[in-house]
Amino acid sequence: MALAHVNPTRMELSKLKKKLVTATRGHKLLKDKRDELMRQFLELVKENKELRIKVENQIKNANLGFVLAKASMSEETLSTALLAPKQEVYVEVSNKNVMSVDIPTFDVTTRTPNKNDIFSYGFAFTSSDLDDAVQSLNDLFPDMIKLAEVENACRLMASEIEKTRRRVNALEHVVIPQTTEQIKYISRKLDENERSTQTRLMKVKDMMLKEAHSY
Amino acid sequence: MYRVAVVGDRESIYGFSALGLDTYFIEEYEELPPMFKKLCQSGNYGIIYVTESTAVLLEKEITKYNEAQTPAIILIPGVTGNTGNGLKAVKESVEKAVGSDIIFND
Repeated sequence: MALAHVNPTRMELSKLKKKLVTATRGHKLLKDKRDELMRQFLELVKENKELRIKVENQIKNANLGFVLAKASMSEETLSTALLAPKQEVYVEVSNKNVMSVDIPTFDVTTRTPNKNDIFSYGFAFTSSDLDDAVQSLNDLFPDMIKLAEVENACRLMASEIEKTRRRVNALEHVVIPQTTEQIKYISRKLDENERSTQTRLMKVKDMMLKEAHSY
Repeated sequence: MYRVAVVGDRESIYGFSALGLDTYFIEEYEELPPMFKKLCQSGNYGIIYVTESTAVLLEKEITKYNEAQTPAIILIPGVTGNTGNGLKAVKESVEKAVGSDIIFND
């Protein structure tokens, strides 16, 4: 592997060793994070898929109702009927922390507690199809909120998983092998230096002995 | 306190106003992206439902909010039928997280 140049010194060696320990620890932690995120994500995404199919079907039915209602009423009556809604919907957003991903949860409150306030019109001039359609929309609304919550959570978790996976891979395939390689290089170099010093000393000793005893 | 908005063609969404959601119709296609941007940036909305047919025109704006916590932008089918884009979005997030699609491959 192509090495970035490192100085073969003891100081560099101990620095690299520390780095390796940190990287290994970080790698393990991030891997755990990724695995747990993935587990939760897969559960959530299954729920998301089912909810979405359910909500889409319900919306389709509600839309059918509205088309029917529109067919049996004049445009003006219909617009007037829905012109001034009685009800208002508010959502309270609170955060849930899942493996350091902030996931918003939605709590719905309506302005008035009365369920029938969804009908913002008198029943005299509108067809019953409209009532049914509005009612069916109202019935599916909790599911729609749930869908928004789950789908948003899935999206946020997906990007966090992607980020974590990249970090894990970078540590596993780049940082850790590179550091190990550098540590090896330095320790080999240091060993080599030591051996060369040793042989030099032996050689010098031989030379000095030769001189002293004039063999 | 956040509110909930619905964006789309009039036919598909006028019913939602009865429930107390804020509905925004499109009249001119050119007005749509700035209007949508304003909605997102206003900070009043926790959830914005967009019909699939409208979402096609707003792709650029919607991807911007993909990683935002609020507003949550959720696709819903309109009166013209289900284009499958909503499920595709779910599929995409699976692909992003897992690397390949393991939920929808049936």
